[in-house]
Amino acid sequence: METDIRLKNVSFAYKKQPILENISLIIPRKEFACIVGPNGGGKTTLLKLILGLIKPDTGQIQVLGMSPEKARNRMGYMPQYAYLDMNFPATVLDVVLMGCLKNNVFWFSAKDRSRAMDAIDTVGMTSFAQTGFNALSGGQKQRVLIARALCSRPDILLLDEPTANVDHETEENLFSILKALNQNMTILVVSHDLGFVSKYVKTVICVNRRLVIHPTTDVDGTMIKDIYYGDLKMVRHDHRCSEEGHCHD
Amino acid sequence: MIEFFQAVMDPDNQFLAYALMMGGLASIAFGIIGTFVTIKRISYLAGAISHSVFGGIGLALYLQIGLGITWFDPILGAVLAAVGSALVVGLVSIHAKEREDTIIGALWAVGMACGILFIDRTPGYFSLSSYLFGDILLISQKDLWFVIGLDLVIVGVVVIFFNQFFGVCFDTEFTLLRGINTTFFYLFLLVLTALTVVLLVRIVGIVLVIALLTIPPAIAGFYARRLWQMMLYSVLLCAVFTWTGLGISYSLSLSSGPTIIVLSGIVYLVLLALNKLVFK
Repeated sequence: METDIRLKNVSFAYKKQPILENISLIIPRKEFACIVGPNGGGKTTLLKLILGLIKPDTGQIQVLGMSPEKARNRMGYMPQYAYLDMNFPATVLDVVLMGCLKNNVFWFSAKDRSRAMDAIDTVGMTSFAQTGFNALSGGQKQRVLIARALCSRPDILLLDEPTANVDHETEENLFSILKALNQNMTILVVSHDLGFVSKYVKTVICVNRRLVIHPTTDVDGTMIKDIYYGDLKMVRHDHRCSEEGHCHD
Repeated sequence: MIEFFQAVMDPDNQFLAYALMMGGLASIAFGIIGTFVTIKRISYLAGAISHSVFGGIGLALYLQIGLGITWFDPILGAVLAAVGSALVVGLVSIHAKEREDTIIGALWAVGMACGILFIDRTPGYFSLSSYLFGDILLISQKDLWFVIGLDLVIVGVVVIFFNQFFGVCFDTEFTLLRGINTTFFYLFLLVLTALTVVLLVRIVGIVLVIALLTIPPAIAGFYARRLWQMMLYSVLLCAVFTWTGLGISYSLSLSSGPTIIVLSGIVYLVLLALNKLVFK
Protein backbone atom coordinates (compact mmCIF):
# COMPACT_ATOMS: atom_id res chain seq x y z
CA MET A 1 0.00 0.00 0.00
CA GLU A 2 1.21 3.51 -0.82
CA THR A 3 2.22 5.78 2.01
CA ASP A 4 0.89 9.34 2.11
CA ILE A 5 2.42 10.63 5.33
CA ARG A 6 5.57 9.34 6.98
CA LEU A 7 7.11 10.66 10.20
CA LYS A 8 10.38 9.17 11.46
CA ASN A 9 11.67 9.84 15.00
CA VAL A 10 10.20 13.33 15.04
CA SER A 11 10.62 15.51 18.12
CA PHE A 12 9.44 19.05 18.66
CA ALA A 13 9.88 21.35 21.65
CA TYR A 14 8.45 24.82 22.29
CA LYS A 15 10.56 27.02 24.57
CA LYS A 16 12.45 23.92 25.76
CA GLN A 17 9.18 22.22 26.75
CA PRO A 18 8.97 18.94 24.81
CA ILE A 19 5.63 18.79 22.97
CA LEU A 20 6.27 15.69 20.88
CA GLU A 21 8.97 13.11 21.56
CA ASN A 22 10.33 10.61 19.09
CA ILE A 23 7.18 10.20 17.01
CA SER A 24 7.12 7.71 14.17
CA LEU A 25 4.00 7.35 12.10
CA ILE A 26 2.93 5.97 8.75
CA ILE A 27 -0.40 6.91 7.19
CA PRO A 28 -1.27 4.91 4.07
CA ARG A 29 -3.29 6.23 1.13
CA LYS A 30 -7.05 6.58 1.69
CA GLU A 31 -6.68 6.13 5.40
CA PHE A 32 -9.29 7.78 7.64
CA ALA A 33 -7.34 8.47 10.80
CA CYS A 34 -8.15 10.49 13.86
CA ILE A 35 -5.59 12.14 16.14
CA VAL A 36 -6.90 12.24 19.69
CA GLY A 37 -5.37 13.26 22.99
CA PRO A 38 -5.72 15.68 25.89
CA ASN A 39 -5.41 19.46 25.52
CA GLY A 40 -1.77 20.44 25.18
CA GLY A 41 -0.90 16.87 24.22
CA GLY A 42 0.48 17.93 20.83
CA LYS A 43 -2.41 17.14 18.44
CA THR A 44 -2.40 20.47 16.62
CA THR A 45 1.42 20.54 16.70
CA LEU A 46 1.46 17.21 14.88
CA LEU A 47 -0.89 18.62 12.24
CA LYS A 48 1.24 21.73 11.81
CA LEU A 49 4.36 19.61 11.40
CA ILE A 50 2.66 17.63 8.63
CA LEU A 51 1.61 20.90 6.95
CA GLY A 52 5.15 22.25 7.26
CA LEU A 53 3.99 25.30 9.25
CA ILE A 54 6.61 24.39 11.85
CA LYS A 55 9.80 22.37 11.50
CA PRO A 56 10.73 19.41 13.70
CA ASP A 57 13.79 19.75 15.96
CA THR A 58 14.87 16.23 15.00
CA GLY A 59 13.58 13.53 12.66
CA GLN A 60 12.12 13.55 9.15
CA ILE A 61 8.67 14.18 7.74
CA GLN A 62 7.59 13.20 4.25
CA VAL A 63 4.22 13.87 2.68
CA LEU A 64 3.45 12.18 -0.66
CA GLY A 65 7.17 11.45 -0.89
CA MET A 66 8.06 15.15 -0.66
CA SER A 67 8.90 17.69 2.03
CA PRO A 68 5.75 19.10 3.68
CA GLU A 69 6.34 22.53 2.08
CA LYS A 70 6.41 21.03 -1.41
CA ALA A 71 3.36 18.85 -0.75
CA ARG A 72 1.29 21.76 0.58
CA ASN A 73 -0.70 22.41 -2.57
CA ARG A 74 -1.85 18.79 -2.54
CA MET A 75 -3.13 19.03 1.03
CA GLY A 76 -6.45 20.61 1.99
CA TYR A 77 -6.57 22.12 5.47
CA MET A 78 -9.54 23.02 7.63
CA PRO A 79 -8.52 25.09 10.66
CA GLN A 80 -10.68 25.69 13.71
CA TYR A 81 -13.05 28.50 12.79
CA ALA A 82 -13.08 30.00 16.27
CA TYR A 83 -10.05 32.19 15.56
CA LEU A 84 -11.46 33.68 12.35
CA ASP A 85 -12.87 37.21 12.49
CA MET A 86 -16.62 36.91 12.79
CA ASN A 87 -17.24 40.38 11.35
CA PHE A 88 -15.27 39.85 8.17
CA PRO A 89 -17.30 40.94 5.13
CA ALA A 90 -17.30 37.89 2.85
CA THR A 91 -19.82 35.58 1.24
CA VAL A 92 -19.58 31.78 1.38
CA LEU A 93 -18.28 31.79 -2.20
CA ASP A 94 -15.60 34.39 -1.31
CA VAL A 95 -14.36 32.18 1.53
CA VAL A 96 -14.36 28.97 -0.50
CA LEU A 97 -12.54 30.66 -3.41
CA MET A 98 -9.59 31.18 -1.05
CA GLY A 99 -8.93 27.50 -1.57
CA CYS A 100 -8.13 28.35 -5.21
CA LEU A 101 -5.46 30.92 -4.31
CA LYS A 102 -2.21 30.29 -6.15
CA ASN A 103 1.16 31.97 -6.07
CA ASN A 104 1.65 34.47 -8.94
CA VAL A 105 -1.96 34.17 -10.09
CA PHE A 106 -3.96 37.29 -9.38
CA TRP A 107 -7.57 36.77 -10.37
CA PHE A 108 -9.87 33.78 -10.05
CA SER A 109 -10.77 32.14 -13.35
CA ALA A 110 -14.14 30.74 -14.41
CA LYS A 111 -12.64 27.30 -13.72
CA ASP A 112 -11.79 28.35 -10.14
CA ARG A 113 -15.37 29.50 -9.67
CA SER A 114 -16.86 26.27 -10.95
CA ARG A 115 -14.49 24.28 -8.71
CA ALA A 116 -15.55 26.38 -5.75
CA MET A 117 -19.23 25.81 -6.58
CA ASP A 118 -18.57 22.07 -6.86
CA ALA A 119 -16.91 22.07 -3.45
CA ILE A 120 -19.84 24.02 -1.97
CA ASP A 121 -22.18 21.47 -3.52
CA THR A 122 -20.21 18.57 -2.02
CA VAL A 123 -20.86 19.89 1.50
CA GLY A 124 -24.51 20.63 0.67
CA MET A 125 -24.31 24.43 0.95
CA THR A 126 -25.23 25.41 -2.63
CA SER A 127 -28.21 27.53 -1.62
CA PHE A 128 -25.94 29.55 0.72
CA ALA A 129 -23.23 30.44 -1.83
CA GLN A 130 -24.10 34.16 -1.79
CA THR A 131 -24.90 34.30 1.94
CA GLY A 132 -22.60 36.19 4.28
CA PHE A 133 -20.19 33.80 6.02
CA ASN A 134 -20.92 35.47 9.35
CA ALA A 135 -24.63 34.79 9.10
CA LEU A 136 -24.04 31.00 9.22
CA SER A 137 -24.31 28.69 12.21
CA GLY A 138 -21.24 26.95 13.63
CA GLY A 139 -21.88 23.72 11.76
CA GLN A 140 -22.48 25.54 8.48
CA LYS A 141 -19.22 27.45 8.92
CA GLN A 142 -17.38 24.15 9.42
CA ARG A 143 -18.90 22.83 6.19
CA VAL A 144 -17.85 25.96 4.30
CA LEU A 145 -14.30 25.57 5.61
CA ILE A 146 -14.30 21.93 4.48
CA ALA A 147 -15.42 23.15 1.04
CA ARG A 148 -12.55 25.65 1.03
CA ALA A 149 -10.12 22.81 1.79
CA LEU A 150 -11.65 20.76 -1.06
CA CYS A 151 -11.45 23.57 -3.60
CA SER A 152 -7.90 22.71 -4.66
CA ARG A 153 -8.82 19.01 -5.13
CA PRO A 154 -6.33 17.75 -2.53
CA ASP A 155 -5.01 14.20 -2.07
CA ILE A 156 -4.96 14.61 1.69
CA LEU A 157 -7.54 16.39 3.84
CA LEU A 158 -6.47 17.60 7.28
CA LEU A 159 -9.11 18.86 9.72
CA ASP A 160 -8.51 20.50 13.09
CA GLU A 161 -11.38 19.86 15.51
CA PRO A 162 -14.16 19.84 12.90
CA THR A 163 -16.66 18.92 15.60
CA ALA A 164 -15.80 21.63 18.11
CA ASN A 165 -18.87 23.65 19.20
CA VAL A 166 -21.39 21.84 17.03
CA ASP A 167 -24.35 19.73 18.13
CA HIS A 168 -24.57 15.98 17.74
CA GLU A 169 -26.69 16.03 14.59
CA THR A 170 -24.33 18.44 12.85
CA GLU A 171 -21.43 16.23 13.87
CA GLU A 172 -23.10 13.21 12.26
CA ASN A 173 -23.69 15.23 9.14
CA LEU A 174 -20.08 16.44 8.94
CA PHE A 175 -18.69 12.96 9.33
CA SER A 176 -20.98 11.45 6.74
CA ILE A 177 -19.61 14.05 4.31
CA LEU A 178 -16.07 13.07 5.31
CA LYS A 179 -16.89 9.39 4.94
CA ALA A 180 -17.98 9.99 1.35
CA LEU A 181 -14.85 12.04 0.63
CA ASN A 182 -12.70 9.26 2.03
CA GLN A 183 -13.44 7.25 -1.16
CA ASN A 184 -11.00 9.52 -2.99
CA MET A 185 -8.65 10.99 -0.41
CA THR A 186 -6.74 10.38 2.77
CA ILE A 187 -8.35 12.05 5.76
CA LEU A 188 -6.71 13.04 9.02
CA VAL A 189 -8.90 14.56 11.73
CA VAL A 190 -7.84 16.08 15.03
CA SER A 191 -10.39 15.60 17.77
CA HIS A 192 -10.72 15.62 21.51
CA ASP A 193 -13.89 13.56 21.09
CA LEU A 194 -12.71 9.97 21.15
CA GLY A 195 -15.99 8.16 21.54
CA PHE A 196 -17.83 9.60 18.59
CA VAL A 197 -15.08 9.62 16.01
CA SER A 198 -14.31 5.97 16.54
CA LYS A 199 -17.57 5.13 14.79
CA TYR A 200 -16.20 6.33 11.43
CA VAL A 201 -12.43 6.27 11.45
CA LYS A 202 -10.22 3.33 10.58
CA THR A 203 -7.32 4.24 12.84
CA VAL A 204 -6.95 6.24 16.03
CA ILE A 205 -3.66 7.99 16.71
CA CYS A 206 -3.31 8.86 20.36
CA VAL A 207 -0.97 11.73 21.10
CA ASN A 208 0.21 12.91 24.45
CA ARG A 209 3.82 13.85 23.86
CA ARG A 210 4.34 10.26 22.78
CA LEU A 211 2.23 8.44 20.24
CA VAL A 212 0.24 5.22 20.20
CA ILE A 213 -1.66 3.90 17.20
CA HIS A 214 -4.78 1.77 17.56
CA PRO A 215 -7.11 0.25 15.03
CA THR A 216 -10.57 1.54 15.95
CA THR A 217 -11.91 -1.81 17.09
CA ASP A 218 -9.46 -1.70 19.97
CA VAL A 219 -10.88 1.43 21.56
CA ASP A 220 -11.55 0.54 25.18
CA GLY A 221 -11.05 1.82 28.70
CA THR A 222 -7.40 0.77 29.03
CA MET A 223 -6.38 2.76 26.02
CA ILE A 224 -8.13 5.89 27.28
CA LYS A 225 -6.44 5.35 30.62
CA ASP A 226 -3.01 5.07 28.94
CA ILE A 227 -3.44 8.48 27.41
CA TYR A 228 -5.46 10.43 29.96
CA TYR A 229 -3.89 8.81 33.05
CA GLY A 230 -7.25 8.29 34.69
CA ASP A 231 -10.34 6.12 34.67
CA LEU A 232 -13.19 7.45 32.64
CA LYS A 233 -16.78 6.37 32.27
CA MET A 234 -18.38 6.02 28.92
CA VAL A 235 -21.59 8.02 28.45
CA ARG A 236 -24.29 6.32 26.43
CA HIS A 237 -26.39 8.73 24.41
CA ASP A 238 -28.50 6.12 22.69
CA HIS A 239 -31.15 5.65 25.35
CA ARG A 240 -33.33 7.95 27.38
CA CYS A 241 -33.36 8.24 31.14
CA SER A 242 -35.37 10.25 33.64
CA GLU A 243 -34.55 13.87 34.35
CA GLU A 244 -32.96 12.97 37.69
CA GLY A 245 -30.68 10.53 35.90
CA HIS A 246 -30.05 6.98 37.04
CA CYS A 247 -27.14 4.70 37.73
CA HIS A 248 -26.37 1.19 36.66
CA ASP A 249 -24.83 -0.11 39.90
CA MET B 1 -23.28 76.85 5.29
CA ILE B 2 -24.33 79.18 2.46
CA GLU B 3 -21.38 81.49 3.05
CA PHE B 4 -19.15 78.43 2.80
CA PHE B 5 -20.38 77.69 -0.73
CA GLN B 6 -19.97 81.36 -1.66
CA ALA B 7 -16.43 81.27 -0.23
CA VAL B 8 -15.57 78.17 -2.28
CA MET B 9 -16.75 79.90 -5.46
CA ASP B 10 -14.63 82.97 -4.73
CA PRO B 11 -11.41 82.73 -6.81
CA ASP B 12 -9.49 84.43 -3.97
CA ASN B 13 -10.13 81.42 -1.77
CA GLN B 14 -8.23 78.89 -3.82
CA PHE B 15 -7.14 77.16 -0.60
CA LEU B 16 -10.75 76.12 0.01
CA ALA B 17 -11.06 74.57 -3.44
CA TYR B 18 -7.78 72.72 -2.81
CA ALA B 19 -9.04 71.53 0.56
CA LEU B 20 -12.23 70.14 -0.98
CA MET B 21 -10.31 68.41 -3.77
CA MET B 22 -7.87 67.03 -1.24
CA GLY B 23 -10.70 65.71 0.92
CA GLY B 24 -12.29 63.92 -2.01
CA LEU B 25 -9.09 62.49 -3.45
CA ALA B 26 -7.70 61.45 -0.08
CA SER B 27 -10.93 59.62 0.75
CA ILE B 28 -10.09 57.05 -1.92
CA ALA B 29 -6.86 56.09 -0.14
CA PHE B 30 -8.41 56.36 3.34
CA GLY B 31 -11.46 54.24 2.55
CA ILE B 32 -9.48 51.41 0.95
CA ILE B 33 -6.60 51.30 3.43
CA GLY B 34 -8.91 52.02 6.37
CA THR B 35 -10.97 48.95 5.44
CA PHE B 36 -7.86 46.76 5.59
CA VAL B 37 -6.75 48.33 8.87
CA THR B 38 -10.18 47.69 10.38
CA ILE B 39 -10.69 44.09 9.24
CA LYS B 40 -7.09 43.11 9.98
CA ARG B 41 -7.45 44.85 13.37
CA ILE B 42 -4.21 46.76 13.07
CA SER B 43 -5.45 50.23 14.02
CA TYR B 44 -3.00 50.04 16.92
CA LEU B 45 -0.15 49.53 14.43
CA ALA B 46 -1.46 52.45 12.36
CA GLY B 47 -1.41 54.57 15.54
CA ALA B 48 2.23 53.67 16.22
CA ILE B 49 3.14 54.47 12.60
CA SER B 50 1.40 57.84 12.73
CA HIS B 51 3.16 58.88 15.94
CA SER B 52 6.56 57.92 14.60
CA VAL B 53 5.79 60.16 11.61
CA PHE B 54 6.24 63.00 14.07
CA GLY B 55 9.79 61.79 14.73
CA GLY B 56 10.47 61.96 10.99
CA ILE B 57 9.02 65.45 10.68
CA GLY B 58 11.14 66.61 13.63
CA LEU B 59 14.27 65.08 12.13
CA ALA B 60 13.57 66.72 8.77
CA LEU B 61 13.01 70.16 10.33
CA TYR B 62 16.24 69.77 12.29
CA LEU B 63 18.23 68.75 9.19
CA GLN B 64 16.63 71.41 7.02
CA ILE B 65 16.75 74.40 9.35
CA GLY B 66 19.26 73.35 12.01
CA LEU B 67 21.90 71.88 9.70
CA GLY B 68 20.96 73.62 6.45
CA ILE B 69 20.27 70.49 4.40
CA THR B 70 17.57 72.25 2.41
CA TRP B 71 16.37 69.33 0.25
CA PHE B 72 15.33 67.32 3.31
CA ASP B 73 11.65 68.26 3.28
CA PRO B 74 9.41 67.46 6.28
CA ILE B 75 7.27 65.34 3.94
CA LEU B 76 10.36 63.29 3.02
CA GLY B 77 11.13 62.83 6.71
CA ALA B 78 7.51 61.83 7.32
CA VAL B 79 7.51 59.26 4.49
CA LEU B 80 10.84 57.73 5.60
CA ALA B 81 9.74 57.52 9.24
CA ALA B 82 6.36 56.07 8.29
CA VAL B 83 7.73 53.37 6.00
CA GLY B 84 10.59 52.56 8.38
CA SER B 85 8.29 52.22 11.38
CA ALA B 86 5.77 50.22 9.33
CA LEU B 87 8.44 47.63 8.57
CA VAL B 88 9.66 47.52 12.19
CA VAL B 89 6.14 47.34 13.60
CA GLY B 90 5.19 44.67 11.05
CA LEU B 91 8.18 42.46 11.83
CA VAL B 92 7.56 42.91 15.56
CA SER B 93 3.93 41.86 15.18
CA ILE B 94 4.96 38.77 13.20
CA HIS B 95 7.80 37.64 15.45
CA ALA B 96 7.22 38.93 18.99
CA LYS B 97 3.83 37.33 19.59
CA GLU B 98 3.43 37.77 23.35
CA ARG B 99 5.20 41.10 23.69
CA GLU B 100 3.66 42.68 20.60
CA ASP B 101 1.59 45.38 22.28
CA THR B 102 4.39 46.37 24.67
CA ILE B 103 6.96 46.81 21.89
CA ILE B 104 4.54 48.70 19.66
CA GLY B 105 3.50 50.93 22.55
CA ALA B 106 7.17 51.75 23.17
CA LEU B 107 7.76 52.59 19.47
CA TRP B 108 4.69 54.79 19.52
CA ALA B 109 5.94 56.94 22.40
CA VAL B 110 9.61 56.96 21.39
CA GLY B 111 8.73 58.14 17.86
CA MET B 112 6.73 61.02 19.25
CA ALA B 113 9.40 61.94 21.82
CA CYS B 114 12.19 61.96 19.19
CA GLY B 115 10.18 64.45 17.14
CA ILE B 116 9.88 66.84 20.08
CA LEU B 117 13.60 66.54 20.93
CA PHE B 118 14.61 67.30 17.32
CA ILE B 119 12.32 70.33 17.29
CA ASP B 120 13.87 71.49 20.61
CA ARG B 121 17.26 71.46 18.87
CA THR B 122 15.95 73.32 15.79
CA PRO B 123 16.22 77.13 15.87
CA GLY B 124 12.97 79.05 15.44
CA TYR B 125 9.43 78.55 16.67
CA PHE B 126 7.10 75.89 15.26
CA SER B 127 3.42 75.60 15.79
CA LEU B 128 3.00 71.94 16.64
CA SER B 129 -0.76 72.01 16.47
CA SER B 130 -0.99 71.72 12.67
CA TYR B 131 1.08 68.51 12.86
CA LEU B 132 -0.84 67.16 15.83
CA PHE B 133 -4.35 68.04 14.70
CA GLY B 134 -3.91 68.72 10.99
CA ASP B 135 -4.94 71.63 8.83
CA ILE B 136 -6.53 70.82 5.52
CA LEU B 137 -6.58 74.54 4.66
CA LEU B 138 -2.77 74.57 4.38
CA ILE B 139 -2.85 72.09 1.47
CA SER B 140 -0.69 73.04 -1.49
CA GLN B 141 -0.74 71.96 -5.13
CA LYS B 142 2.22 69.65 -4.40
CA ASP B 143 0.11 67.80 -1.81
CA LEU B 144 -2.60 67.29 -4.41
CA TRP B 145 -0.12 65.62 -6.78
CA PHE B 146 1.08 63.44 -3.91
CA VAL B 147 -2.44 62.26 -3.12
CA ILE B 148 -3.29 61.61 -6.79
CA GLY B 149 -0.13 59.51 -7.09
CA LEU B 150 -0.92 57.61 -3.90
CA ASP B 151 -4.52 56.95 -5.03
CA LEU B 152 -3.28 55.50 -8.31
CA VAL B 153 -0.76 53.26 -6.53
CA ILE B 154 -3.29 52.03 -3.95
CA VAL B 155 -6.12 51.39 -6.39
CA GLY B 156 -3.73 49.64 -8.81
CA VAL B 157 -2.14 47.45 -6.17
CA VAL B 158 -5.45 46.52 -4.55
CA VAL B 159 -7.08 45.64 -7.89
CA ILE B 160 -4.15 43.38 -8.82
CA PHE B 161 -3.60 41.74 -5.43
CA PHE B 162 -7.15 41.85 -4.07
CA ASN B 163 -7.37 38.09 -3.45
CA GLN B 164 -3.96 37.93 -1.80
CA PHE B 165 -4.82 40.78 0.57
CA PHE B 166 -8.22 39.21 1.24
CA GLY B 167 -6.49 35.96 2.21
CA VAL B 168 -3.89 37.63 4.41
CA CYS B 169 -6.57 39.59 6.28
CA PHE B 170 -9.10 36.77 6.69
CA ASP B 171 -6.88 33.75 7.37
CA THR B 172 -3.11 34.22 7.13
CA GLU B 173 -2.21 30.62 7.94
CA PHE B 174 -4.46 29.14 5.26
CA THR B 175 -3.22 31.68 2.70
CA LEU B 176 0.38 30.73 3.51
CA LEU B 177 -0.52 27.08 2.90
CA ARG B 178 -1.79 28.04 -0.56
CA GLY B 179 1.74 29.14 -1.42
CA ILE B 180 1.25 32.90 -0.97
CA ASN B 181 4.09 34.89 0.61
CA THR B 182 1.96 36.22 3.45
CA THR B 183 4.80 38.08 5.19
CA PHE B 184 5.46 40.05 2.02
CA PHE B 185 1.80 40.98 1.53
CA TYR B 186 1.36 41.88 5.20
CA LEU B 187 4.38 44.21 5.13
CA PHE B 188 3.25 45.58 1.77
CA LEU B 189 -0.11 46.42 3.34
CA LEU B 190 1.62 48.14 6.25
CA VAL B 191 3.80 50.22 3.90
CA LEU B 192 0.67 51.36 2.01
CA THR B 193 -0.89 52.13 5.40
CA ALA B 194 2.19 54.17 6.30
CA LEU B 195 1.97 56.28 3.12
CA THR B 196 -1.74 56.84 3.70
CA VAL B 197 -1.03 57.87 7.28
CA VAL B 198 1.42 60.52 6.07
CA LEU B 199 -1.36 61.91 3.93
CA LEU B 200 -3.83 61.76 6.80
CA VAL B 201 -1.44 63.68 9.04
CA ARG B 202 -1.72 66.63 6.63
CA ILE B 203 -5.49 66.59 6.95
CA VAL B 204 -6.43 65.51 10.47
CA GLY B 205 -3.04 65.37 12.20
CA ILE B 206 -1.08 62.69 14.04
CA VAL B 207 -3.36 62.35 17.03
CA LEU B 208 -6.59 61.98 15.07
CA VAL B 209 -5.34 59.67 12.30
CA ILE B 210 -6.76 56.46 13.73
CA ALA B 211 -10.27 57.88 13.91
CA LEU B 212 -10.53 58.80 10.23
CA LEU B 213 -8.88 55.54 9.24
CA THR B 214 -11.28 53.34 11.22
CA ILE B 215 -14.62 55.15 11.65
CA PRO B 216 -15.77 55.16 7.98
CA PRO B 217 -14.96 51.42 7.55
CA ALA B 218 -16.61 50.67 10.89
CA ILE B 219 -19.84 52.26 9.62
CA ALA B 220 -19.43 50.61 6.20
CA GLY B 221 -19.07 47.27 8.01
CA PHE B 222 -22.67 47.55 9.22
CA TYR B 223 -23.98 47.43 5.67
CA ALA B 224 -21.35 45.71 3.49
CA ARG B 225 -21.57 41.99 2.80
CA ARG B 226 -18.38 41.77 0.76
CA LEU B 227 -14.94 43.28 1.12
CA TRP B 228 -15.06 45.49 -1.99
CA GLN B 229 -18.44 46.86 -0.92
CA MET B 230 -16.99 47.81 2.44
CA MET B 231 -14.19 49.69 0.66
CA LEU B 232 -16.60 51.53 -1.63
CA TYR B 233 -18.89 52.58 1.22
CA SER B 234 -15.87 53.68 3.29
CA VAL B 235 -14.57 55.89 0.48
CA LEU B 236 -17.97 57.57 0.09
CA LEU B 237 -18.46 58.03 3.83
CA CYS B 238 -14.98 59.42 4.24
CA ALA B 239 -15.57 61.99 1.49
CA VAL B 240 -18.90 63.02 2.98
CA PHE B 241 -17.36 63.44 6.45
CA THR B 242 -14.40 65.46 5.19
CA TRP B 243 -16.50 67.78 3.03
CA THR B 244 -19.23 68.28 5.62
CA GLY B 245 -16.70 68.69 8.42
CA LEU B 246 -14.82 71.25 6.37
CA GLY B 247 -18.00 73.21 5.70
CA ILE B 248 -18.98 73.20 9.38
CA SER B 249 -15.50 74.17 10.55
CA TYR B 250 -15.35 77.05 8.07
CA SER B 251 -18.81 78.35 8.97
CA LEU B 252 -18.23 78.12 12.73
CA SER B 253 -14.50 79.06 12.69
CA LEU B 254 -13.42 75.74 14.20
CA SER B 255 -10.30 73.62 13.56
CA SER B 256 -10.97 71.45 10.51
CA GLY B 257 -9.36 68.15 11.71
CA PRO B 258 -11.21 67.86 15.02
CA THR B 259 -14.49 68.94 13.39
CA ILE B 260 -14.21 66.13 10.82
CA ILE B 261 -13.43 63.60 13.55
CA VAL B 262 -16.21 64.70 15.92
CA LEU B 263 -18.73 64.64 13.08
CA SER B 264 -17.76 61.11 11.97
CA GLY B 265 -17.60 59.94 15.58
CA ILE B 266 -21.14 61.17 16.32
CA VAL B 267 -22.54 59.56 13.16
CA TYR B 268 -20.79 56.27 14.05
CA LEU B 269 -22.06 56.21 17.63
CA VAL B 270 -25.62 57.06 16.58
CA LEU B 271 -25.64 54.31 13.93
CA LEU B 272 -24.05 51.86 16.37
CA ALA B 273 -26.76 52.57 18.92
CA LEU B 274 -29.49 52.27 16.25
CA ASN B 275 -28.06 48.96 15.08
CA LYS B 276 -27.97 47.60 18.62
CA LEU B 277 -31.57 48.67 19.20
CA VAL B 278 -32.97 47.45 15.89
CA PHE B 279 -31.06 44.18 15.47
CA LYS B 280 -30.96 42.95 19.03
